[in-house]
This record gives sequence, structure tokens and C-alpha cells, in this order.
Amino acid sequence: MSETDIGWAGVAASLVLIVVALALSGWQGLRLSRSILWASLRAGVQLFLVGFALKLVLDPDASLWWAWLWLVVMVGFAGVTIRNRAREVPGILWLGSLSMAAVLVVSMAVILGFGMFPVEGRTIVPLAGMMIGNSMTASVVAGRRIVGELSDKRDEVEARLALGHSWSDAARPYVRSALRTALTPQIESTKAVGLVFLPGALTGLVLAGVDASDAVSIQLAIMYLILGSVATSITVIGLGLTRRMFTPDHRLRRVVRPAG
Amino acid sequence: MQAHRDAGSDPILEFEGVHMTTDDGVELLSGVDLEVCRGAITVIAGPSGAGKSTLLRLGNRLEVPSAGMVRFDGRDAATLDPRDLRRRVGMVFQRPVLFAGTVRDNLRVADAEAADDMLVTVLGRVGLAGAFLDRVGDELSGGEAQRLCIARALLTRPDVLLMDEPTSALDPENRRGIEALALDLVASGLAVVWVSHDLVQACRLSESVVVLVEGRNADAEAAASYLRSDQEDDANE
Repeated sequence: MSETDIGWAGVAASLVLIVVALALSGWQGLRLSRSILWASLRAGVQLFLVGFALKLVLDPDASLWWAWLWLVVMVGFAGVTIRNRAREVPGILWLGSLSMAAVLVVSMAVILGFGMFPVEGRTIVPLAGMMIGNSMTASVVAGRRIVGELSDKRDEVEARLALGHSWSDAARPYVRSALRTALTPQIESTKAVGLVFLPGALTGLVLAGVDASDAVSIQLAIMYLILGSVATSITVIGLGLTRRMFTPDHRLRRVVRPAG
Repeated sequence: MQAHRDAGSDPILEFEGVHMTTDDGVELLSGVDLEVCRGAITVIAGPSGAGKSTLLRLGNRLEVPSAGMVRFDGRDAATLDPRDLRRRVGMVFQRPVLFAGTVRDNLRVADAEAADDMLVTVLGRVGLAGAFLDRVGDELSGGEAQRLCIARALLTRPDVLLMDEPTSALDPENRRGIEALALDLVASGLAVVWVSHDLVQACRLSESVVVLVEGRNADAEAAASYLRSDQEDDANE
């Protein structure tokens, strides 16, 4: 066992905090106990399965095609997750999947094109996971905010259309605001990195015994890639969704949003 | 009461048997006919839910009819570029829609290239002083805001101005002011289509009024029934 191998006892110890969360939920009457238990159990099962599959994909003797297949499946799952979190957004399944595919293509082109990391399953799979994971959250926010802004400001959008603006001109101020909302958290976390929190990759590398300066340079490259990936994903969502919100003859479609 | 021509006789906007059905099958308009002439005010009255605003929105293609035809200047509106059509068929909404920024910013949404001289001229046309250019939209009264919206619509040099109950949120003094402004615009050659649920106002604006009831051109009986109910409402107020 290496120094950073926490073993089953370590996993069991971390469950103490789940017990704390359950106790807080019960004490404050939050009625979240079932959700906390379910989320903890589900995370455990998912990670075990993923860990098993990753072991096959990351095996140095395994074909690289398995890693690429893994990335394709990841894009599909990310698309479904985006759809589940933003059901009111029209066409979000395909748009979300397209956005994730764009993230994958752009980030892999940079990583592989500039030779930043060796082309191996153990590098491209976790890197793509980080890009897609962060971009997925931003895509959900972007999609929901665009629909929200265009629906809430319908009178303003229609007033612009009535003045002869094209759909893209009429939507621009509201889509811009939505995209700013989606991108801001990533910009803020990029600004605060190192000062307020140590990101996952850096923490993992340091725990694994990598020299801190090497870990920092890797983390820095990853942070820049994530920021670029998030910007790419919300741009795809912004362009595609805005087009879908309007008819070809420049009329704003109505979207039924869930109450509350 | 029927479709009418005030001073003009040259139709600029025509609705021929237009139907409008929502995606869930609700029929909002059933075969409505209407002719709007240059240099005339066409007043559409009717109770709430009669389809007045829907009809108006068909005029600049913010909605498209399920059946029937809208013609602009003799041509099927469906064949025209909606952006060009909307610049020639301006619209003023029930509640003034102001964008962020100053009066100048609001006017430049209609014409980004317009010089201040032109903006002052158009403000003068709606009874606002040039000093308003630097005022922020939030500082305007309801009447001033609606005048600004009319000025903004005029900047695209429309042939027709669609006005959807433009005075419903205004006090009586501002209501009269906007009515007078609409009549001035008509006198300058513009075709104005004015929607109102207030028959007194409708009759003040025009000697004959187009009445819509339940999405149809009202026949004499339906129009008389609406007139009676409107008078009862007025008596009860």
C-alpha cells in the first residue's frame, strides 16, 4: 500500500461526514436524508463500476481505441445529463451532445496538437472527463438562462423584432447576458485558484507525491483548457439554442417552462 | 359597424379571411376580414379575448395566420422579408417597452445611424422636447414613455402604425394626448390601426369602428350586444 492509498478504512472514515450530513438534515428538518443516502450509495456504485472499466481502458497494453470509445460514451452521457437537468430547453439533447463533442474536439486538438500530454488512455480519459464535466454544468446554466431571458424579456425581444431586427440582433443582448452568467463562475474559480482553493488535479498530484511545481504547471494547463472548453461549450449552446428559439421568419417561439 | 375607410381609400394592409389557431387547437380568429387604408385610422374594438391583439400581430407578422391571407401594399405578406415588412408596419404595444439606457439609446435601437438632429425631429413629432434625449428611460412618465415608443416606431418610416391599446395604462389626460397624436399622424398620411376595448374611445377616434367578437367580424346583432354590455359596464363604474 502506497502512502496515498487510503484503503477501505479511509473510505469508511469519510462516511463519518455523511453521518454528519444526515444528522444535520434530521436536526434542521430538511428531509434530505433519503437523498443524501441515495446520492452516497449511487456515487459508490458508479465509481466502482467506472473504476473497473477504467482499469481496462487505462491498461498500458490496452488499445487506444478503447479510450476513444470511452470519450464518445462520455459525450453521450453528458448530453443525456444536460437534457435531464434542462428539460424545458428545446432540442437540448442534441445541442448538449454537440456542445460536448465540440469541447472534446477542441480540447483534444490542443492537447494532442501541441503535444502537451502523451497520447495514452491514462491521460486523455481523465483530461476529457475534466473538460466535459465542467462544460456540462456551464451548458446547463447557459441553456436554462437563454430560455429564461428570452421568455422573461419576451416583450423587449418582440419590440426589437417589430423594429425590423433579425432574430440574432433581437436576441443578442439577452443571450449575451445568459452566456455571461454561465461563464462567470468558471472565470471566478480560475481567478481564485490557489488562493481560495486547490483544484482536484493539483490536490491529486500532490497527494500522489508529484513535485509541487510540476503539479502546478499541469494544473495551470488544465485550468486554461477548462476555461476554453467551457467557453466553447456555451458558445455552441448559445448559437444553436438561440436559432431554435426563433422561427425562420424571425418570430420568437413560445417555450413552456416548469412552474416554480 | 363594419370595416371602414376614413379619409383614405387606398388600401395598404388587408386581412382576407384570416384564421388563427393555437398549437393546442384553440381558435383565436375565424375568417376575419379587414382593410386598412393610407391616411386613415382604423379602430378595432371588442371585448377581452375577441382576438383584437392577435389580428394586429398578424399585420406585422409577429404571428402568421393558420389560414387566409394578409396583404401589404397589394402583396402577400408571407412572401415579403419579415424585417422589411416590420419596418414598414410599425407597432406600439399596450405597455411601453423601453430598453436599458437613455432616450437616445432607445431611439437608436430603431436606427443605429440616426444623428441627434433626426432624433430631436422625431421626438418633436410626438410632442417631446429634444432635451429628453439624455433622459434615462426609467425617469419617464407613462405618457412620455408611450410617446417615446411611438417616436421609435416612426424612425423606421413606416406606412402603417399598429397601436395595441396604447393608452390602457395611461391617465385620461395622457390618453387624450396620445389619441390626438395618433390623429396627427393620420393627417400626415400614415395609416393607423388602433385597438381598443373601450367603445367610447373607439367612437371618439373614428365614426365607424370594426368590432370583433369571439374572433369574428361582429354582425349587427353581436355588435349591438357588445355595445349594450359595454354601456352597462360604463354605467356600473
